[in-house]
Amino acid sequence: MSLDFETMAHDCGEWLRASGPESDIVISSRVRLARNLTDFPFIARASESDREQIEQILHARIEALQAAGKLPAATPGGELHYINVGKLSEVDRQFLVERQLISREHAEAEGARAVVIDGGERFSVMINEEDHLRIQVMHSGLDLETAWKEINQIDDLLEEQVNYAYNDRLGYLTACPTNVGTGIRVSVMLHLPALVITRQIDKVFRSLQKINLAVRGLYGEGSQAMGDFYQISNQVTLGMPEEELLKKVADVVPVLLEYERQARDFLIRESQETLHDRVSRAFGILRTAQTISSEETLHLLSSVRMGVNLGLIGDVAIPTVNKLFVHTQPAHLQKLAGMELDQSDRNIERASYLRRHLNGGKPPAGAN
Amino acid sequence: MKCQKCDKPATFHITDLVDGEPKEVHLCEVCAKDFLAPITQDSDSAMPEMAGLLAQQLAIGQTAEELAELDQRVCPVCGISFLEFRKQGRLGCPHDYVHFAKELEPLLVNIHGETQHVGKTPRRGGANAEQQTQLIRLRREMKEAVTKENYERASEIRDEIRSIEQAS
Repeated sequence: MSLDFETMAHDCGEWLRASGPESDIVISSRVRLARNLTDFPFIARASESDREQIEQILHARIEALQAAGKLPAATPGGELHYINVGKLSEVDRQFLVERQLISREHAEAEGARAVVIDGGERFSVMINEEDHLRIQVMHSGLDLETAWKEINQIDDLLEEQVNYAYNDRLGYLTACPTNVGTGIRVSVMLHLPALVITRQIDKVFRSLQKINLAVRGLYGEGSQAMGDFYQISNQVTLGMPEEELLKKVADVVPVLLEYERQARDFLIRESQETLHDRVSRAFGILRTAQTISSEETLHLLSSVRMGVNLGLIGDVAIPTVNKLFVHTQPAHLQKLAGMELDQSDRNIERASYLRRHLNGGKPPAGAN
Repeated sequence: MKCQKCDKPATFHITDLVDGEPKEVHLCEVCAKDFLAPITQDSDSAMPEMAGLLAQQLAIGQTAEELAELDQRVCPVCGISFLEFRKQGRLGCPHDYVHFAKELEPLLVNIHGETQHVGKTPRRGGANAEQQTQLIRLRREMKEAVTKENYERASEIRDEIRSIEQAS
């Protein structure tokens, strides 16, 4: 069944729905498993015919599971969509990256590859990414346990259908030795603007790295996290059971929440005017700009999001702000506009989109 | 005001939170850079770092000749050489973990601190997975036999493939 990206674009997918626990700071929880078929070379060494065969085998198995009514049972949200990534346009591939349904690597790769997505966008399976299978389950807010339960069940179902590359000593065998063993990556996406403003974020990261947790930014290019979104995940995958790796990430989240809330309290207590000014200016620019880049938008939306959470901005709701983070990304903007736009047209369209959605339908005095 | 770490003039005044209490830190530009240095990294591109790590591991206790010899070693199943793995940081097939076990061990210790899997195990297939991995080699050899028009050998290999496939 095919997916209509234009319709999908009006929503923001699971990861920015902000409906789960602690969702003022914890954006989403994600668990992914790396798996490979035992009787095919890893992707780096696979011929195009190998890739096609892997794709066909996995496609058939997943469809069989779906037909038997097994997979949707594990994923509330309904039917599954099988998407041939190799046949998508560049904008459509980028669209899936922006929704966190496929990786940038998967979007930019060549050859036979696919992704299976459930209607609720909580579950996706990339086929022929770095590994033959990259299964992912994502939940809004802080909800790692359920995500793990669901992905474990999906993994069990798939494993009834195929033989995974596995050995008793090293566990699940993966293309990169950094994933071998459990093949699991547990991550939480956090919004940490106050830790960034008070310049404590690097100190926090250093302590996370000491306990073997990795930190990366949203759409992670370079070290600067876009929109103050940071993803914390386990570094180690071998020698510890899945539940323990999950706990390692889960245990650190309350500490980070506490730090971020302390930093917000501190800013309110010590420099409320400065903070209020910063947030209001960000809001002002977003409501009135005539052309704006996606970097600046993410940066300003981050301040607005914190401002709303702290009650400094009243006339906009968090789900609206969350939606704007995704909708102002290049591919979403083009899907929403219903046409392809070059960069300068995108900047104009983005500004117009922001004005329309942050002014409650009315143009602010003196603008527009 | 002087920098708290060296004696240069402090131009950066940073509010740090220590145990929830704000604390002013005054630093010069150079020390401030160290203090604030971004140490985030893209975990999905841990690759160059890993390749570097591997090169380091291998450099210890190995002469240039030994390393050159090691680089020439080829996995009999997928045909990847150790040099190719070192360059791209990705292995070629599941059997590489067996074939290059000794070479990979220090790398695994460095990344994970462990060399024994604990956790989930597949309910089936796990036990004879290595035998099935040999299918990669057999399919490759069958293709080669066909290319060389050695059909007798090709049909022998095909039978071998079938018997492994049926056993699973």
